[in-house]
Amino acid sequence: MLISRVAKLGACLAKHLPTRNYAAMSRLPYIQRTTNHHMQPPLSFTKLYNGPMIKKHNLFSTVTANNTSEEGSEQKEAISVTFVDKDGEENHIKVPIGMSMLEAAHENDIELEGACEGSLACSTCHVIVMDVEYYNKLEDATDEENDMLDLAFGLSETSRLGCQVIAKPELDGIRLAIPAATRNFAVDGYVPKPH
Amino acid sequence: MQKMAIWKAKQWLSRSFSSMPSNPLRVCVVGSGPAGFYTAEKMLKVQQQAQVDIIDRLPTPFGLVRSGVAPDHPETKIVINQFSRVAQHERCSFFGTVTLGSSISLSELRELYHVVVLAYGAESDRSLGIPGENLKGIHSAREFVWWYNGHPDGRNLDPDLKSTDTAVILGQGNVALDVARILLRPTTELATTDIASHALSALEESSIRKVYLVGRRGPAQAACTAKELREILGLRNLDISIQEPDLILTPDVEEGLTSNRIQRRVYELLSKAATSRPKNDAGLSKRQLHFVFFRKPDSFIESKDRHGHASGVYFEKTVLKGVGPGKQIAIGTGEFEVINCGLVLKSIGYKSIPVDGLPFDHKKGIVPNDRGRVLSDTSGDSILEEGLYVCGWLKRGPTGIVATNLHCAEETVSSISEDLEKGVLSSSSPKPGRDGLLQLLNDRNVRVVSFSDWEKIDSEERKLGSSRNKPREKLATWDELQKYTL
Ligand SMILES: Cc1cc2nc3c(=O)[nH]c(=O)nc-3n(C[C@H](O)[C@H](O)[C@H](O)COP(=O)(O)OP(=O)(O)OC[C@H]3O[C@@H](n4cnc5c(N)ncnc54)[C@H](O)[C@@H]3O)c2cc1C
Ligand SMILES: NC(=O)c1ccc[n+]([C@@H]2O[C@H](COP(=O)([O-])OP(=O)(O)OC[C@H]3O[C@@H](n4cnc5c(N)ncnc54)[C@H](OP(=O)(O)O)[C@@H]3O)[C@@H](O)[C@H]2O)c1
Ligand code: FES
Repeated sequence: MLISRVAKLGACLAKHLPTRNYAAMSRLPYIQRTTNHHMQPPLSFTKLYNGPMIKKHNLFSTVTANNTSEEGSEQKEAISVTFVDKDGEENHIKVPIGMSMLEAAHENDIELEGACEGSLACSTCHVIVMDVEYYNKLEDATDEENDMLDLAFGLSETSRLGCQVIAKPELDGIRLAIPAATRNFAVDGYVPKPH
Repeated sequence: MQKMAIWKAKQWLSRSFSSMPSNPLRVCVVGSGPAGFYTAEKMLKVQQQAQVDIIDRLPTPFGLVRSGVAPDHPETKIVINQFSRVAQHERCSFFGTVTLGSSISLSELRELYHVVVLAYGAESDRSLGIPGENLKGIHSAREFVWWYNGHPDGRNLDPDLKSTDTAVILGQGNVALDVARILLRPTTELATTDIASHALSALEESSIRKVYLVGRRGPAQAACTAKELREILGLRNLDISIQEPDLILTPDVEEGLTSNRIQRRVYELLSKAATSRPKNDAGLSKRQLHFVFFRKPDSFIESKDRHGHASGVYFEKTVLKGVGPGKQIAIGTGEFEVINCGLVLKSIGYKSIPVDGLPFDHKKGIVPNDRGRVLSDTSGDSILEEGLYVCGWLKRGPTGIVATNLHCAEETVSSISEDLEKGVLSSSSPKPGRDGLLQLLNDRNVRVVSFSDWEKIDSEERKLGSSRNKPREKLATWDELQKYTL
């Protein structure tokens, strides 16, 4: 049931999206999931993984298999997203439904780091959702995302990883801040006061 | 060989003439790990006049991303793509097999460049300073990691994994968890990673079935992070053992946990593992991992049968003593306990090594600095070392993930920019930079490995790997590495 819905959505995405490298930033690519085969991993990723993958799924993990499949997602093709960069400057962009904020940022030359290219292993794509209402519209972060958020620089209560936030219609108008560098980063996962 | 070097030098010279701004700021970054590459990337971006050369003592770039990050963590290594783009930037060059301190001295480098940024990491180990530390069978985790990751200086470690069924790992940081996982993970799973082939063979024949991960403090102070912990707790065919009484928290510690997200989540995972794992089913699982808390190493025991070999570790039990808000240290109780084992891996932290002429804080193991600006000494009224900066583990000490070095580099580069603006640092008098460096190295017969030479190694490694269903088969000796760059 779930699988067929995801597959349907995948087909729909493949039709609507400029496919250039779209799946590069797909969610949790290395965790076993019921993903659709329209999403090809990026080249670098394939190179690193030309062997059977190590199964990371276990008792201590929660994995959400599907998070882009929302009712009505076929109706709207792109949403408006505002990125507020380190200097407080605003960038308004359109993001196709189904695309991650990391990829959207890169397509629009917005400086959001993505050291692990969306494979949930670096925390450099950290963004702060500026309005709690939007934050609440996101699916809960998985344990794996939270594990990476633990180490994110300048963590706040509405922090998420940009590679894990996928555009969906309800997020139209979302504002994301890219955390500004502060002086104190000597400690792993230094946590400033929530905003 | 020398001819080759001159030819290459000429090639670089012509390239540098064509692509360079007229009056460049000559920058040399020492060390090509995350700190070095992030520094280069930020420098190139904010200083359009900068020409950046990255030198490294190895023919292979990327520092601990190649020789530290575990083979079963390929996602973490994806950052290499970004670093490679930096190395290919027209104002950037990589020069491998150039060692600061032997190929070239620090004072020579400072003569050649306007700015020198030291990012050469931490290539030594903290020591325990307890009796028996030099017995055979005791290694630092750093050496063991180099060995399984195919670092050419780790090739000869040859740890004995066949004479014992028990290993003790001292320390409970992420490195300790990495080495424990490598010892315990089914080798069929390791076989498809980029683990060094000599290490894979040794692990396939390993008789180690029981690993003790020993911390001097408790589960609420463990230095590891949830990601690594979750992974090891979920390994196949592994029994986890945690003494439930160790999980009892004092009110102080419990309160501290509420404001420390990392430690709270680690503690929760350990608690869950202690209670949810089936116990005593040794018949089903072949391997065991014991988390041992509140034990500090006191001395190593020499084997009666094998002269000069370790056969166990003496531990003193500890209790916590509060030394400030949310901070506890371990205090010995005078009660002792032995864990017998044939292999000990000390994973109590790395340590940086100073080079001649470099101010060094031996107590902290770092270069004294003010937001990346090297200071002449550790006293309050020390002076700035003009044009000399530091980044990464050498600047902050041996902690932090890859991303930490990004922010660290941002800080160092912004200090450099500030100094340029204020005129503390100037590029108005020309310096020889790259040409001078290559000339000097050529005079000394130092054969330099370029980034395209590294690409030859890289493609050879991938080729060797693909025939074995591995992402790469690392060339793990100096000879092999040199062969592919000739
Ligand atoms: C075992 C281990 C596993 C890790 N796993 C992870 C992980 O999974 N995820 C994560 O985010 N972080 C991980 N880290 C942390 C991460 O690797 C470090 O934060 C980071 O590499 C530090 O960067 P650096 O550039 O300061 O040092 P390094 O990466 O050590 O780079 C130093 C470079 O300097 C070179 N060098 C040394 N001496 C000289 C000299 N005299 N002259 C010229 N060059 C020299 C070395 O060859 C090396 O290339 C791990 C660390 C370790 C030790
Ligand atoms: N996957 C990853 O993200 C990953 C993987 C590997 C490494 N890293 C990072 O790399 C950095 C280095 O890791 P690390 O494990 O080497 O260092 P670490 O996290 O600082 O851990 C050091 C461990 O050694 C113990 N220790 C230190 N001195 C001791 C002594 N004299 N006696 C007994 N125990 C002693 C510490 O205990 P106390 O706490 O009591 O001092 C601690 O358990 C860390 O920041 C780590 O997060 C990250
Ligand atoms: S890009 Fe690495 S965690 Fe998102």
